[in-house]
Amino acid sequence: MALTTEERRRLEDKAHELRLLSVDTVAWAGSGHVGGSMSAMDIMTILYHKYMRVDPKDPAKPDRDRFILSKGHVGVGYAPLLADLGYFDKELLREYNHTGSPLGMHLDSNKVRGVEASTGSLGHGLAIGLGMALGARLRGEAWKTFVLLGDGECDEGAVWESAMAAAHFKATNLITVVDRNHCMIDGPTEDVMALEPFADKWRAFGFEVIEADGHDFDALASAIERAMAATERPAVIIADTIKGCGIDFIAGDYKWHYGGFDAEKLAKAKESLGLYHESRLAKGAER
Amino acid sequence: MSGLTFTMLDTAKMSTAEIYGQALCELGDEHPEIVGLSADLAKSTKIGAFGEKFPDRFFNVGIAEQNMFGMAAGLAKAGLVPYVSTFAIFTAMRGLDQVHTDICYQNLDVKMIATHAGLSFGQAGTTHHCTEDIAIMRSMANLTVVVPADGVETALAVRAAYERKGPVYIRINRGFDQVVYDGPDYGFELGKAVTMREGTDLTIVACGSTVWRAVEAAAMLEKSDGLKVRVLNMHTIKPIDAEAIERAVKETRRIITVEDHSVVGGLGGAVAEVAAGTGKSFSFKRLGVPDCFSIIGLHEDLLAHYGIDENGIAAAVREMMGKDFEADDDWEDEV
Repeated sequence: MALTTEERRRLEDKAHELRLLSVDTVAWAGSGHVGGSMSAMDIMTILYHKYMRVDPKDPAKPDRDRFILSKGHVGVGYAPLLADLGYFDKELLREYNHTGSPLGMHLDSNKVRGVEASTGSLGHGLAIGLGMALGARLRGEAWKTFVLLGDGECDEGAVWESAMAAAHFKATNLITVVDRNHCMIDGPTEDVMALEPFADKWRAFGFEVIEADGHDFDALASAIERAMAATERPAVIIADTIKGCGIDFIAGDYKWHYGGFDAEKLAKAKESLGLYHESRLAKGAER
Repeated sequence: MSGLTFTMLDTAKMSTAEIYGQALCELGDEHPEIVGLSADLAKSTKIGAFGEKFPDRFFNVGIAEQNMFGMAAGLAKAGLVPYVSTFAIFTAMRGLDQVHTDICYQNLDVKMIATHAGLSFGQAGTTHHCTEDIAIMRSMANLTVVVPADGVETALAVRAAYERKGPVYIRINRGFDQVVYDGPDYGFELGKAVTMREGTDLTIVACGSTVWRAVEAAAMLEKSDGLKVRVLNMHTIKPIDAEAIERAVKETRRIITVEDHSVVGGLGGAVAEVAAGTGKSFSFKRLGVPDCFSIIGLHEDLLAHYGIDENGIAAAVREMMGKDFEADDDWEDEV
């Protein structure tokens, strides 16, 4: 079902709020993976605030949907979302990266409430998600598993081992989303290690491929609904995104894979995020 | 121990891995949450027996070990208890990042039963020998590492692994092992060495296929040389039975470790770490594959080649016994 105007507005507001909290977190942490956090934020926001059944008061609830942040480095994007949902106190974000803090660069299921798997070594999340999905099916449980991959992460051979297996086992209760932000640490993905024709690769591995604008909540909603309805083949959503989305001096620049903000940059980032949010709202109003 | 029916009558006609497969089938009957995974080695590792009995609970993932260990982690997170089998070399190396981060760090209930370990895949060649896995796996926090001496002990270990929450690595051989135990009632307990022979002159600490050989060597040395050699079956490398090692240091003052594994970091390393901490002086020697890549051949021949068969062990004992061991300032006559 298409999003209502109110729903879209709610998601856009929430994503904006989380982006602001994320850049604050980067400042508190000293530095962080800000580029990928901004590109993934709309995807994570719509999953947690529209589609996934989770209960932050009971993070181990057996029938909850599972989310695995396979691109585990974007902890400064994911932790604010979890804190905002109530998995832990937002104040904890101020201690991000500090010695002894449960919050490190890569969020860790041993230490952080709400995190389903300790990721960070790339190429692991899809296999874990597939195991969870097959486990749910074996136990006759209806919950779904969502895995968010980075596009650069898809250089890892293990991703394709898992993709082959997900299709082979017809794991339609597994929904894969790739944050296709076109950048990796050392440069644009197509320069460092070409991924294209990316959608064809997933198709060839037996997936139903859904391509969507990863910063358009209407497009994401229809993509996720299509993916959740898949019955024959597992679905992958290739979400076309912009690294650093919403911050003009970062957007699209692979060099902002990882970085920090001084007070001046932080203020500029927030100002830019404000403008980005306004422009999205204006676009929504035109529809 | 209920349901365990394996004796030397079985070990005489079934390979160690076949016993593992049967033991897992029995365990699978009792515990519906047990699932199996293999990477196109269901037949070779004998986990295929479980797959045939419980096809819905078995996943053959094809030749893709990284995915297999990651999937096992996910299945464990979904409340199942995966038993995962491939060759030792692929468990300890090909899928190690997943074993480390997904399974051991997250302390998941995944049981890795790795076959074709040590030199037991002899003629397959050096690429298929696995003489580093004990060293690698015992460095993983949270992981229990077990090297059973024969089929009976393998069946006991497979069951004990289920009872022990958290990840377990069990290392077994390809093919048949010499029969060490005639039945299961010898007091197997994870983390507790089994004293195979008492002795006061020297202690041999062995694991896996070298246990039988150490016992044979000790019997031979008693007959021929009148030596009283203690033999410990250190089936659990981690957590190691420090108390048994400390007692051996104090009571026999001479320690020889013997393993079908590199002398670097394996059983010998684990024993040395404990023994050195006693603060006592003692003679010490590690037998195993020296720091080299192994040659090709039959398992038996390779054990002899590297001096970890009965004769090699006996020779090492005699050499150590022939050297003076005393607390004076004369270093020339000491070991």
